Amino acid sequence: MTPDSSLSELVTPAQRHRVLALTPLAHLRECWARLDITVSHRCVRGPDIGMAMVRGRMGGSGNAFNLGEMTLTRVSVALDDGTSSGGTLGHGWIAGRDREHAELIAVIDACAREARWSRQIDEALIAPLTQRLAAEHDAQSQQAAATRVDFFTLVRGE
Amino acid sequence: MYVAVKGGEQAIANAHRWMADRRRGDRNQPEIDVEQVREQLGLAVDRVMAEASLHDPGLAALALKQASGDLTEAVFLLRAYRTTLPRLADSVPLRTADMRVERRISATFKDVPGGQVLGPTYDYTHRLLDFMLLAEGECPAPARAEVALEACPQVLDSLDAEGLIEQEVDDGAMPYDITRDPPDFPVDRATRLQMLARGDEGYLLALGYSTQRGYGRNHPFSGEIRQGAVEVEIEVEGFDGPLCIGEIIISECQMINQFGGSREKAPQFTRGYGLAFGRNERKTMAMALVDRSLRAEELGEPVESPAQQPEFVLAHADNVEASGFVSHLKLPHYVDFQSELELLRRLRREHAARDGGGTADEVESARAHEMDAGLKDTTASAPLSAPSSELPSESSSESSSAPSSAPSAPRRSQETSA
Repeated sequence: MTPDSSLSELVTPAQRHRVLALTPLAHLRECWARLDITVSHRCVRGPDIGMAMVRGRMGGSGNAFNLGEMTLTRVSVALDDGTSSGGTLGHGWIAGRDREHAELIAVIDACAREARWSRQIDEALIAPLTQRLAAEHDAQSQQAAATRVDFFTLVRGE
Repeated sequence: MYVAVKGGEQAIANAHRWMADRRRGDRNQPEIDVEQVREQLGLAVDRVMAEASLHDPGLAALALKQASGDLTEAVFLLRAYRTTLPRLADSVPLRTADMRVERRISATFKDVPGGQVLGPTYDYTHRLLDFMLLAEGECPAPARAEVALEACPQVLDSLDAEGLIEQEVDDGAMPYDITRDPPDFPVDRATRLQMLARGDEGYLLALGYSTQRGYGRNHPFSGEIRQGAVEVEIEVEGFDGPLCIGEIIISECQMINQFGGSREKAPQFTRGYGLAFGRNERKTMAMALVDRSLRAEELGEPVESPAQQPEFVLAHADNVEASGFVSHLKLPHYVDFQSELELLRRLRREHAARDGGGTADEVESARAHEMDAGLKDTTASAPLSAPSSELPSESSSESSSAPSSAPSAPRRSQETSA
């Protein structure tokens, strides 16, 4: 599959964030480095470690109830653009307690909100990561499929 | 009179040092790594997360290591840790229908769209000890089918479409949160489910079992049990929509139970629901049974069994609270006990003076008399200052309410401290 050239118009910050949050940090770091976007930034909020209350639904579709909490790390960064007011903001929210992962997501989010980088990020980072994620999900689904029961009926008598 | 006694610091420090040594065990054995616990004792990790009501596999593994494998102690450690964290967000309710399924079975229909998917399970094993695990050996990679799984819609949807089962519809109600406000009985179903989700698995299993044996019978079928990864989304500013922060593994159980109905409404199957962090199938099945039994009143069934009594079931489901209150009996009660001893001696003296002698039976009745009198000095207990830090949730409950003298214990909210 080749990245769709019209993809960049379709990728929203929330969609980007999903892919970045579902990609393991080591792999994300590696792929981001290959883009060779160098920019300095500063954290304007966090990194903070806290929790999200996870909700479920009765019967899967009914009223919400509180299932329990999960750890969550958030960070907001501003890109350094030489102005005192600060540059483009970016946000990262990641399950767990990995500050570095949250910060990297926030930096990528901020860069992707800048016109000069958004296309490159969507095509050279988000698109291949989306494919990697789909391939990984497929592989896991194939493992599950190998445990699917094939029923057969024993015909007894004539 | 209040007498404060201090002491034992050195003994406590040395006891903890010994505990650490015991935890480490034989130094000729490699020390167990938290990552190993997380990877290789995953079901224990999942149980700790569910009952601590905090999803964080790494910290749950740490808690297990720190607690030498004591699940209840590990739950306490993780529950205590959660009190140190701020709440940053609420999730959008999980869409379990969109779960990336690793296991999905139905005991009600053989042929369900997507099929019966066993996933990684201990079911159908022979429960024979596997001595091969004593030796280091290669573990083959899981088998992989050529094609991925088909979509696995919720099994109960098909009954729902025919109107054969009560519908679960979202009316948009904000769920009550027992971590913010202590539960006030009677509680609604959202509150019950939150309390059951963190309830002790063994306790819920026993209660669920009791309903099957006839104490609050409601004849269940496992409509669907599923387990797999769901994406967690939160609503935050700065984005165009809900934000995915990652994936967690969860287990879900949908029980189908016997009928409800009325003159106006045709009979329908009813539901029990179980949901838990991690791979916690047994827990979710027990939870679904108990969820259903606690709906007895709502569904017009006679409430005659323990598992149908919300206050009894829910007030005792939390093992952090339960072990805290039971464990506090280990704390010094020197003054309490002295007063009882004093009282007993006085009663026996009076008894002897009255009719010149007493039997064991009469001593018993003297004790009952003393209990009636309710003379309990509770304020002057717990003279040791240091050990109370081990049981932080208990320091106030001793004096506030004493369930031992009030079996229908009023709600106690230690949640605020744990």
